[in-house]
Amino acid sequence: MQVIKNKQLIDNHWTYVADDAPLASGNICVSLARWQNEKNQLIAHEGNLGVRIAPAEDVNQLVEDLPKLALIELAISDFADGRSFSQAYLLRHRHAYQGEIRAVGNYLADQAFYFSRVGVNAFESEHLAQTQNTLNDFTVFYQ
Amino acid sequence: MYQYNHNDQILIEERVAQFRRQTEQFLNGEISEDGFRALRLRNGVYIQTHAPMLRVAIPYGLLNAKQLHTLAHIARTYDKNYCHVTTRQNVQYNWPKLEQIPDILAELAQVQMHAIQTSGNCMRNTTSDHLAGVCADEIEDPRPYCEIIRKWTTLHPEFDYLPRKFKIAVSGSTTDRAATQFHDIGLHLVKNDAGEIGFKVFVGGGLGRTPIIGQVIRPFLEKKHILSYLEAVLRIYNLLGRRDNKYKARIKILVKETGLEKFTQLVETEWALIRDNLEVSDDYFAAMKAHFTPFDYDKHAAQDVTFAAHTQENSAFATWVKYNTQAHKVDGYRIVFLSLKAPDSPPGDLTSEQLDAIADLSVKYSFGEIRSTHRQNFVFADVKQADLFALWQALAVQKLATPNIGMATDIICCPGLDFCSLANAGSIGITQDINNVLDNLDYLHDIGDVNINISGCMNGCAHQSVGHIGILGVDKKGVEWYQFTLGGSSSNEAAIGERLGPSIPKSDVAGAVETILNVYVQIRLEEESFLETVKRVGIDPFKEKVYASH
Repeated sequence: MQVIKNKQLIDNHWTYVADDAPLASGNICVSLARWQNEKNQLIAHEGNLGVRIAPAEDVNQLVEDLPKLALIELAISDFADGRSFSQAYLLRHRHAYQGEIRAVGNYLADQAFYFSRVGVNAFESEHLAQTQNTLNDFTVFYQ
Repeated sequence: MYQYNHNDQILIEERVAQFRRQTEQFLNGEISEDGFRALRLRNGVYIQTHAPMLRVAIPYGLLNAKQLHTLAHIARTYDKNYCHVTTRQNVQYNWPKLEQIPDILAELAQVQMHAIQTSGNCMRNTTSDHLAGVCADEIEDPRPYCEIIRKWTTLHPEFDYLPRKFKIAVSGSTTDRAATQFHDIGLHLVKNDAGEIGFKVFVGGGLGRTPIIGQVIRPFLEKKHILSYLEAVLRIYNLLGRRDNKYKARIKILVKETGLEKFTQLVETEWALIRDNLEVSDDYFAAMKAHFTPFDYDKHAAQDVTFAAHTQENSAFATWVKYNTQAHKVDGYRIVFLSLKAPDSPPGDLTSEQLDAIADLSVKYSFGEIRSTHRQNFVFADVKQADLFALWQALAVQKLATPNIGMATDIICCPGLDFCSLANAGSIGITQDINNVLDNLDYLHDIGDVNINISGCMNGCAHQSVGHIGILGVDKKGVEWYQFTLGGSSSNEAAIGERLGPSIPKSDVAGAVETILNVYVQIRLEEESFLETVKRVGIDPFKEKVYASH
């Protein structure tokens, strides 16, 4: 599977591990709940770590852990739910998170430009070409 | 008025290209119905009962002649030769074809206009006082601030998918003519004890199903902090506003459920973290103010004697001057209202011919600028008194000189069941009925200031809850009935109307209005307005008479 990272199509190097599944090898991403419950075990994992955040979850809970995380996934279940945009802003700009912020789930290709402007730099999507296209929709903006 | 710079122009052209692509992808089946709905709404395109509706933004209600000619051209070329002026100072087209909307947007872009964020759950067009810059009671002209806010709200990446729509209004005068206390954020320009200009910030006001008067969240905000404060409010709202129920998703519900004190604390805490990074510089304020400098007024305008003579000789002209014009801050000039409420046409509608005529008249008599008002009329803000007689004659030919500004036939009315897929009941027909019973001009003028607002459903697009007389269409088993409220006001003494009693069948609505006004005429004290009488006596005397025969 491919994803968009920094506007380029690249191979995906991450595996999302469901809460009830055994940890996979390589780079793994888990839910915020699992991260909080199994943090010590996860830190011992060989490979990079990521956390997936739902729109209703508070990113401030992750602030102290950010240096340990190479990926934060914003899981979008409904494209109309714009909380993910503020979550991305808080992670990238307030907390100066340097790792990958990835949009996953049910968002519109046409929202990718806004996501890129609040700090999201990677996109998982069934419509990769369409998504990649929209990243250059605007050359000017006011904010 | 504000003129686009290079980047402003590029931005709207890129938005046209983006919307064109989105529309093509939708028509080719590459974007889902739901997905396209979210995208088109953010560009003012609704799907209505009969056809798509396109709402065009008029930032803070300010237009120039060239733009008006373009609106006329669009009505003629892409629609049924007319457009509709809304209560938020915008313009709507009711019959465009979806596949032609990108072309319409391209035409608008050529005259620095767009439809960005005129609908959808995002930050909407910033509205303001239609008398900005020309009224005597102004603390400072709000328009430069409106333009700063317009830019900041346009395509804001973080706040375009809010829980619900979000409206900001700015007033620069002691009299609130922009209904600021019924907006998600209301901003009043104020002066503090040190003589510095800032904003009194109201939050959580709104109309619709649950009308609520906005509350003061900050009595004085230094103007340099305007954008950071807005950002703080929007971030709290975006993260905490309810998304489980669209009827509880406006910021007014968040403020109510959180409590003003706690909400204020959340905003102030957020603001403290960002305010130093987003200050508006004095240079930027100055650059924006330079777009709104006063016109080069004729110093000798007041020396004209023809105006007084015409007023004496022609009583119809004198009546029009009395009701449709107001004092200007410059001696020898007057502010002229163009009534879009002629008795025989739907309130707020304008034909292409009227739009072109207004544009030409504005060039001849009012520096080529036109304003739209939230009561769905137009304004020529800067007319020399010597020109009033000729202007009146020209407006009369276009049926734009009905002397009823602020009177009972200056009705705010939504499109209603005739056009809108949300409506439960007709509203335009009711307006016609009311016009028919109030066809005596002397009687109308004797009644004086009465705001009648008619909405065809609970969404309240015509702001019926703040009408002095509010009329709300409801559906009862497929039959149109109308709920009356009395005593609402969107001005400084903001108030939500009180329910008069059970709803009234369509055939009795105009009669009920007549009865209410007759009660007022009988019980009013000297010089007392309708609203003042309702405040003094309550609704009982009106209720008694309206329901006497039922």
